[in-house]
Amino acid sequence: MNALADQLLVLCLLLNLAVLGTSRLAFSVRAVALQGVLLGVLPALIHPFSWHLVFIVVSIIAVKGAVIPVLIIRAIHKADIQREFIPFIGYIPSLVLGALFTALAFIFADKLPLAPEHEGLLFVPASIATVMCGFLILMGRRKAISQVIGYLLMENGIFIFGLLLAEAMPVMVEAGALLDLLVGIFVMGIVINHINREFSSLDTSRLSNLREE
Amino acid sequence: MMWAIVLLPLLGALIAWLIPDNRRRSFVLPVFALLHLVLTLTLLAYTPPPSPDGWIYLDALGKLSLLSSSILFTICASYAVGYLNYRRLRPNRVLCTAFLICLSAMTLVTISQHLGLLWIALEATTLTMAPLIYFNHNARSIEATWKYLLICSVGIAIALLGLFFLAYSTIVAQQEVTLLLGSLISDASSLHPGWRHAAFIFLLVGFGSKMGLAPLHTWKPDAYGEAPGLVGALLAGGLVNCALLALLRVYQIAIASTEGALFQEVLLVMGLISMAFAAVFMAKQSDFKRMLAYSSVEHVGIIAVALGLGKAALFGALLHMVNNALTKGVLFLSCGNIHRAYNSKSTQFVRGALRRTPWSGALFLAAFLAITGSPPFGPFVSEFIIVSSAFVQGNYWSGGLFLLFLAMIFIGMASTVLPVVLGKMPKDMEKTPYRDTVHTVLPPLLLMGVVLALGVWIPAPLHALLTEAAGMLGGGK
Repeated sequence: MNALADQLLVLCLLLNLAVLGTSRLAFSVRAVALQGVLLGVLPALIHPFSWHLVFIVVSIIAVKGAVIPVLIIRAIHKADIQREFIPFIGYIPSLVLGALFTALAFIFADKLPLAPEHEGLLFVPASIATVMCGFLILMGRRKAISQVIGYLLMENGIFIFGLLLAEAMPVMVEAGALLDLLVGIFVMGIVINHINREFSSLDTSRLSNLREE
Repeated sequence: MMWAIVLLPLLGALIAWLIPDNRRRSFVLPVFALLHLVLTLTLLAYTPPPSPDGWIYLDALGKLSLLSSSILFTICASYAVGYLNYRRLRPNRVLCTAFLICLSAMTLVTISQHLGLLWIALEATTLTMAPLIYFNHNARSIEATWKYLLICSVGIAIALLGLFFLAYSTIVAQQEVTLLLGSLISDASSLHPGWRHAAFIFLLVGFGSKMGLAPLHTWKPDAYGEAPGLVGALLAGGLVNCALLALLRVYQIAIASTEGALFQEVLLVMGLISMAFAAVFMAKQSDFKRMLAYSSVEHVGIIAVALGLGKAALFGALLHMVNNALTKGVLFLSCGNIHRAYNSKSTQFVRGALRRTPWSGALFLAAFLAITGSPPFGPFVSEFIIVSSAFVQGNYWSGGLFLLFLAMIFIGMASTVLPVVLGKMPKDMEKTPYRDTVHTVLPPLLLMGVVLALGVWIPAPLHALLTEAAGMLGGGK
């Protein structure tokens, strides 16, 4: 099962690069959603069966794979934008940086020992690389929706690491963290809607009234 | 009993949501805030034992945080009635509901002994504050809200990764996985050092950005500047205290492990950098609400320095946490009044507040003197304890820089506050309906009284509480 888990993690890493290299927002959302579904499947592969585990699998797939993408796709339709124009960091540089971060994540993860039962799994480098790619999108894109996608990618990265602890964490903590994430995206969706109405654009570089002279 | 204090504000939020009338709804706030304060005082006097699973317990650190937050919320809630009366046309359903949910989440932060639960509650406070900052519904406030939401969400997400690292370090050390504070402290030195080290860094960055320690403070000036004064008070007094409490929990684990000294050093440096940032940016502020944000950066800096110094300074740090929360309350509420009266927050137009709004102007001036550490107010005492501890420890550099920054900040802040309060009123002033009334002046006045009282005399129970809490941070040794 561990080999399969590693293959899924590699798929997660490829999805990061796909998001980094595209300007189409709907495609990015779908890629992040697919990553969410993979995240839901992963704990089933590395932990023994329990009802607790079933709950985790179902709730992660439902929240990250269905509810959140629907919320964001709806925001995209409302705002009527399909693409990210002229990002701060171009697509090719983003891809190069993303690949670089992924390599660095593998080096960094080598320094941190895993528990014996997780030996040989790629969870740590995959998690750190995904967090870094999320950061890259957060900083490199202009559109508010792109920034939300970056934030989601980062959250996915954190969850990848959390899966190692899936068994040990109390249900309440997991459910609470997912709920917070969901509400967070919901609030962001509302704010995006208001930005759109106020500025008739979702370009966050126009949010510059408060800049310090 | 413990759950009652969390659920009570939620009940209030539900009631506030259901009341259809805009004017009557605001009265829900003081009622529930006052009930919350009564419950808080009862819990402080008769603390129930920890819950069987050890998740919920109100220890000395939690008590301090809960007490200062509850007082601040009660004052802000009573002020809100008068304030919302002036903003009658603006719907306040979301504000009232989010206010009470936030109170509930903050309470949960103070009583949770499980770091996972604490994280969830802290994230909830972040989210509920967003609609409060957006109360004015204009282009500037949406910009501030977006910046706040994004930076704080990312910060708190990094803290979650830090918590996961901490939990994983217990697995690697072949212990039972836990995020319960008590067991983490007792096993701190046997946790795996690499993971523990990474965890401390992530937690410091995460909670630090929520507290607004420089250089992670960039959301603060915008959010504080655009939010109503009432919300600014809650952000600077309540939210900061919650994030600080989370940091103190990490501090507890750090000093129990072998990495305490390193953690303290990083805090000391970050604290001094925050004070330096505040000193530089305070000087040329033409917006007096943004200036208060830099003052908040300064004060989290002061607390971080004190935590970095350790020993006797810890008592000062905790006292300063209370003093800062209460004084910030007076500052933001009185400056909100002045903002209403002039319909501007630029020092270009706002001058001579002492004549236009005598009470608010005087309160603003007094709170300015208090927050910059002038005797006989509370912050003077706590800052004095911190500085003297620095010199007693022979840390002359830190002590010297600390005093230098305080002096710079005093001058910078005075150059903004004094013209606003004492300057000559502009002739072509905009006419606004705002007048100082009992509703908008009495709450900050009461709070100012508390700040003054704390400067003159610290009641014995509070002193005992502070000593016990400082002991939990290693201050008793």
